[in-house]
Amino acid sequence: MTPPAVCVRGVSKSFGSTRALVDVDVEVRDGEIFGFLGPDGGGKTTLFRILTTLVLADAGEARVLGLDVVRDLWSLRRRIGYMPGRFSLYRDLTVRENLDFFATAFGTTVEAQYDAIAPIYSQIEPFADRAADDLSGGMKQKLALSCALVHRPDILFLDEPTTGVDAVSRREFWDLLADLRDGGLTIVVSTPYMDEADRCDRVALIQRGQLLATDTPADLVAAYPLPLVAVRTPDRYRALQLLRGSAHAHSVYPFGESLHFTDARDGTDPAEVADEVASLLTDGGVSDAEVAPVPAGIEDTFMFLMGPAGTTPLDEGARPA
Amino acid sequence: MTTTPAPRFDGTVEASHLTRIFGDFTAVDAISFRVEKGEVFGFLGANGAGKTTAIRMLTGLLQPSSGSARVAGFDVATDPEAVKRSIGYMSQRFSLYEDLTVAENVELYAGIYGLSDAEIRGRSRDLLDRLGLGDRRHRLVRTLPLGWRQKLAFSVALVHDPGVVFLDEPTGGVDPITRRQFWEMIYEAADRGTTVFVTTHYMDEAEYCDRVSIMVDGRIAALGTPREIRDRFGVDSIDEAFVRLVRPDTSASVGSGATS
Repeated sequence: MTPPAVCVRGVSKSFGSTRALVDVDVEVRDGEIFGFLGPDGGGKTTLFRILTTLVLADAGEARVLGLDVVRDLWSLRRRIGYMPGRFSLYRDLTVRENLDFFATAFGTTVEAQYDAIAPIYSQIEPFADRAADDLSGGMKQKLALSCALVHRPDILFLDEPTTGVDAVSRREFWDLLADLRDGGLTIVVSTPYMDEADRCDRVALIQRGQLLATDTPADLVAAYPLPLVAVRTPDRYRALQLLRGSAHAHSVYPFGESLHFTDARDGTDPAEVADEVASLLTDGGVSDAEVAPVPAGIEDTFMFLMGPAGTTPLDEGARPA
Repeated sequence: MTTTPAPRFDGTVEASHLTRIFGDFTAVDAISFRVEKGEVFGFLGANGAGKTTAIRMLTGLLQPSSGSARVAGFDVATDPEAVKRSIGYMSQRFSLYEDLTVAENVELYAGIYGLSDAEIRGRSRDLLDRLGLGDRRHRLVRTLPLGWRQKLAFSVALVHDPGVVFLDEPTGGVDPITRRQFWEMIYEAADRGTTVFVTTHYMDEAEYCDRVSIMVDGRIAALGTPREIRDRFGVDSIDEAFVRLVRPDTSASVGSGATS
């Protein structure tokens, strides 16, 4: 069996009194798209910096491509591609100059590696003489990806690549990642956007420096343990107040146009829960609600795993960006 | 939660053939729509669709080339200063001064909007108590967790009881529970009669709005409730409807995930 592309054991990291990562264990398999899903300040960037040899962990060990991120950093650095969260290219240089710079830094040329970057670079090549700063968000992202690929890395780390990018460009970007994965590249990606989970082969949910769960997106949502129903009504705010008052409410959250009501009674038939919820609403004066059982989504799962005290306490303080 | 005062300004937003031309480029092309008082309205569009230009006109920062718009009862072309005084604005990127304390931020914004010293003291206390930040009033904003900063920023944007509050990607980057607490604050404000005008790149944020509009190439290409828009395109999400509108040639398979 191929060894894991990434193996993290007991990694912790603090910045002053802020615990950015707490005893993290995770493995990324060779050739998969692995996503770290979680809010800003959850520890995603710190973990990426440790895995890309830029920050030292306080405890634990991490291996990437079988190489130790501390002892073997020089050999490892040549084999990883990294796209940091903030736009990291030279804004005053042109598209082509940026690409040449990264190729040269790795002792190669754009010509020698052209086939590796062509599927992405060809889309921005017509703008080769344009300053990087004058590109649209989607094109900047493609340039950054081209620069991260120009030395033919064996693994790619992308830290929040889709933040600030419109919905169409986001889709195109995920399609590119799927193509790269199909070509054999291992891709580790982070995102605060839960709806991107489905584009990953497996995901880890990360919150306050800890992994809540690691699995395929389908298995994560299938493991939601309690009956869940969706409520649709124009009188959303009043319905929310009524449902929060139910004796059986485990949680009630707005979910787009709907409200999601999770019943605390494990094993109860969701259809029965739907009937009870409908009566509760009618008795409370909300008569036109549609109530139906729904399968859990990744956000439902994330919130369930966060638990009742899941949000960051006020006195925990801000984390470094 | 105690109730806060109702907005003292009109909450409607009405654009009629609103247009802005830069040189030979028509950034906003005769858009017309009406948003009612207390509505949560999502204003969507791809990068470069003209959304930012439209918002700059609606907030009194940019003169229209032709057409008109009234926001909170004032004409954006002839009375932009009155428009600015009667609206609130919150951006995910910048809203609060991180090197000022919680209370200083509230007082600064309340002062900018011309509230009296007595009003500022009263409002500041009410607002912070309601948020549960009363005993943290002297903490630097920088030291608050992101989710709390965003809740504070939203409350500050409402400190002068605006008729309309403009929110730019209000819930980006926060955890899903905080995100929902934030939407509940939005619904509560709307319930009191404040109109909430949300611009966002993230289509799942759009699903929380009463109605959404989608701009494509300077025009409004779709407008309706999230359900109406999904039904019109026969899709399951605003995200898919958006892709159909912006890239009509895109095949349906693009939307499907790697594992779905």
